[in-house]
Amino acid sequence: MSQFVYLYRGADRGRSPEKMQEMMQKWMTWMKQLTDQGHIKDPGQPLEHTGKLVKGKQKTVTDGPFAETKDIVGGYTLIEARDLDQAVELSKGCPIFEVEGAVEVRPVMKMNM
Amino acid sequence: MVATLTRVFGVHNLALAEDVVQDAFCRALEVWKFRGLPENPSAWLMATAKNRALDVLRRERTARTFAPELGQLLDSEWTVVPVVEELFGANAIKDDQLRVMFSCCHPRLPEEAQVALVLHILCGFSMSEIASAFVSSDAAIEKRISRAKKVLAGSKRLFDVAGADDFSGRLPAVHRALYLLFNEGYHGASPESAVRTDLCREAMRLVELLLEHPLAATPVTHALAALMCLHAARLPSRVDASGNLISLFDQDRSRWDAQLVAQGQKFLELSAAGAELTEYHIEAAIAWIHAVAQRTEETDWGQIVSLYDRLMTIRPSPIVALNRAIAIAQQAGAERGLEEIRAIVNSDRLAEYPFYFAALGDMELRSGRLENAREHFRQALALARNPMERRFLEDRVAACEVHRTMI
Repeated sequence: MSQFVYLYRGADRGRSPEKMQEMMQKWMTWMKQLTDQGHIKDPGQPLEHTGKLVKGKQKTVTDGPFAETKDIVGGYTLIEARDLDQAVELSKGCPIFEVEGAVEVRPVMKMNM
Repeated sequence: MVATLTRVFGVHNLALAEDVVQDAFCRALEVWKFRGLPENPSAWLMATAKNRALDVLRRERTARTFAPELGQLLDSEWTVVPVVEELFGANAIKDDQLRVMFSCCHPRLPEEAQVALVLHILCGFSMSEIASAFVSSDAAIEKRISRAKKVLAGSKRLFDVAGADDFSGRLPAVHRALYLLFNEGYHGASPESAVRTDLCREAMRLVELLLEHPLAATPVTHALAALMCLHAARLPSRVDASGNLISLFDQDRSRWDAQLVAQGQKFLELSAAGAELTEYHIEAAIAWIHAVAQRTEETDWGQIVSLYDRLMTIRPSPIVALNRAIAIAQQAGAERGLEEIRAIVNSDRLAEYPFYFAALGDMELRSGRLENAREHFRQALALARNPMERRFLEDRVAACEVHRTMI
């Protein structure tokens, strides 16, 4: 088994409370399904949509957001899957696609020793 | 939660209180997506809202004035935490809900705005839920609520339930609002279902809050509580397994909630303590007579008719007159009932009410005039407000046709 990180992009905010509740239900169902199949290494955390960006040799500090709303990373999950194909397949169940978000699937780099 | 935060921030900062709740809610959902539901989600939300309230108080205490009755307690870092902790305690929360309930029933607000406000602030219903409960558009409800909030914000401080002079002056408005809330759930015109149990339950919860308060637990409040219990006892049998509405005469009475009947009866006894006789007393008494009759035929219709007579003197309305006529038809026959219906003053106000025509239809049917009966049921059917009512009335129309083929 290899490890992958899902980075959830796209802000799922500013919706009605009913819609948000419905989305939460869907997320929990999806997460539970992945957990039951043993694919979740760490469910991860949501991230605030604010922050600071420290950049360059001068270490200039600027306020976030650092990207357009649709590109902001809103959270992450650590996944275990056979290979990249399977990790991609599993990500397709994520409810984020309903709200025009995206999942970035990134393999965790391994050293073969 | 909004009630407690309104107590913390002051009623003029109602919008801020709602924002804090909304924010706590959004954050909670975001975290629960990843971590799953905590064991006690509502306690978690309360704690989050409390912390957000503290943040807001610290950040904005120079820019805004918060609850004036709490005065400087919120200004000092020494007192702000214990004061807010105390306000979020279980008893304080109940008091806050009472305060907000009384504030919502502001004499300058029309009744329907009071009910909408109670539903929105105390029961957490969204604008569209309220709109569907009142068969109104979202925009209309939003306007009604925002106008009401402005009136509320103008009053600067929350209603003081601890000893305000106009406490008993405002109590009738609170009763009325809760009565309307319950009725909306029970006889409501909601498009998707004829019975909105959630509205009934909220009304009962708020009446219970009143009963726990020494000044609010008057005989009239007991009468209102009795009325709700005795009606709610019949809820399980008002709709059958396939979602059809069942008339009182055809209900399976063994399914009535005996515990609620007993509780209603107890409240009814307590309501007799005062000299005041209100419409709630009479309606509760009528509901009680129905509740204790094992079968429709055993109902004491004579007593029900005389109770309706008294109700007509206290709060006359075409609907009360119609119900009285139906009781008279049970007691003295359909022809007498028809006479009474024809004698209703202002019957034009029933022109949109499907059960006015349904009652006419029933009585014509019992008098053997099938053609007339069918015509009335058809008129009723055209006015049906939701699928349940529609099916109920379709059955009646069909029944007239079956009768005819049998002849």
